[in-house]
Amino acid sequence: MSGLALVAHQFRYDQKAFWRNPASVFFTVMFPVIVFLILAVVFNGETVNVRGGVEATTYYVPAIMSLSIISATMQTLAMTLVIAREDGRLKRGRGTPLPPWVFIAGRVGNSIVVALMMLVLLAAIGGLLYGVPIPWERLPEILLALVVGAASFCCLGIALTAAIPSQDAAAAIVNALLLPLYFLSGVFIPEDQLPNGVITFAGFFPVRHFFDAFFDAYVPAGGAAVSWDNLAVVAAWGVAGLLLAIRFFRWTPRTG
Amino acid sequence: MSYGQTEAVRGIDLEVERGEVFAFLGPNGAGKTTTVEILEGYRRRTGGEVTVLGEDPQRAGREWRERIGIVLQSGRLDPYLTVRESLDLYAGYFRNPRPTEEVIALIGLEGKAGERASRLSGGQQRRLDVGMALVGDPELLFLDEPTTGFDPSARRQAWEVIAGLRDLGKTVFLTTHYMDEAQRLADRVTIIAAGRIVARGTPADLGNRDRGETTIRYRSDGDEVTVQTGDPVKALHELTSKALADGEELEGLEVTRPSLEDVYLELTGEAEGDSETAATELTK
Repeated sequence: MSGLALVAHQFRYDQKAFWRNPASVFFTVMFPVIVFLILAVVFNGETVNVRGGVEATTYYVPAIMSLSIISATMQTLAMTLVIAREDGRLKRGRGTPLPPWVFIAGRVGNSIVVALMMLVLLAAIGGLLYGVPIPWERLPEILLALVVGAASFCCLGIALTAAIPSQDAAAAIVNALLLPLYFLSGVFIPEDQLPNGVITFAGFFPVRHFFDAFFDAYVPAGGAAVSWDNLAVVAAWGVAGLLLAIRFFRWTPRTG
Repeated sequence: MSYGQTEAVRGIDLEVERGEVFAFLGPNGAGKTTTVEILEGYRRRTGGEVTVLGEDPQRAGREWRERIGIVLQSGRLDPYLTVRESLDLYAGYFRNPRPTEEVIALIGLEGKAGERASRLSGGQQRRLDVGMALVGDPELLFLDEPTTGFDPSARRQAWEVIAGLRDLGKTVFLTTHYMDEAQRLADRVTIIAAGRIVARGTPADLGNRDRGETTIRYRSDGDEVTVQTGDPVKALHELTSKALADGEELEGLEVTRPSLEDVYLELTGEAEGDSETAATELTK
């Protein structure tokens, strides 16, 4: 098989394993939907005072989309790669003729496809239940933000595996990093209700910049559809993650 | 036709012939996995020469990997893929894979082909593991302690699969710490202890079993008497002549040769003395 055919082969099985894994399906697919529905029910009818004022439900669609994209990429990769590494499955794969980059490409492809599906799912739920308009004319800008974000958070997820010593530590470390950042970046709590210092602090991390960029792409009230400066920060984090991943990613188990 | 000639770590010198089942036997921590990982190309050696299938594993590439199959000591499978899917996934990695259904039959999992790996027993998972190493139709297979922790019936089934590999003409490099496993499966056995080779040969003549000390046991006036001798014919003759002359009974007279197990324990026990230095050298 050629390189691309091999990636497609690997991707097919990664998809099967993803959809059969209850933890993946719950945390990546169901959890964002549940969080969106709760926030939409609680804040429905209220206005969030950003970009000249947007409805709360309109605010939460791109917010939870950002969370879903990060969850499908960084969180899913960090968790499943650590589990596969500690099971000895990465090491075993290295003993076959499969080129290592093909294996990684299959996993990254899986993450990006799941991220795209979450985008469609949340757009549909927001549109059907709460009349949040789907900005079709901004599709290129939305996809640009998605691709830059997904690629960058994939790199960060792969890099993060190097800091996770065991399977048991995976969920704890990933959530300890991401959950506070979702709160501080305005993903759960509308940013007009967060003190300025909090948003400034969140600005040191990529979650906030990605949410900002994705919001600008999705909500026409935001003005310019492409937030180049935010995307640049996200991409810089991605490059840093890529370099760390190349340097520190390991295929052999740390335990056992 | 040498498969590998290894002169690595602590002067370990091995040669494996094409088409044989070669057992690398030794207690836990003897250096078996270190050695096998050097042969598999996972671990870099600090010195010596290694050739496996004509190439240095440390530098060998994709072509070489097409020709070998590896079963790791503590491998867990993807719990969410079925037996058939796991094999198909790996088959896709190789240029000329063996048909999946054929592999399923070889590992005796016909009735479980649609079952997810997580729902298989430990023994069945191990057989699937062997199947995943076989699906690329390799010339040489590495099996690192394939039956550790198995119940007797699971071991028996795993043995049948491994014995079948020889009939396929595969070369098998088997590491184990079970004497009976080596005895049952291997054409040749090399015993390693504390990082160096202490014996080699066929299971039948290993460790000069023929020339080992014989034990003569009997009871005299209710006391157990044990005699160890290198010349049992002479010792027995003297003993029985004297007994006949004295009219003694020699109750429960018994003459035993050392078992393979005894040889193994003796050999690996002897090496324990310098195990510490050896272990340090091996992990370098």
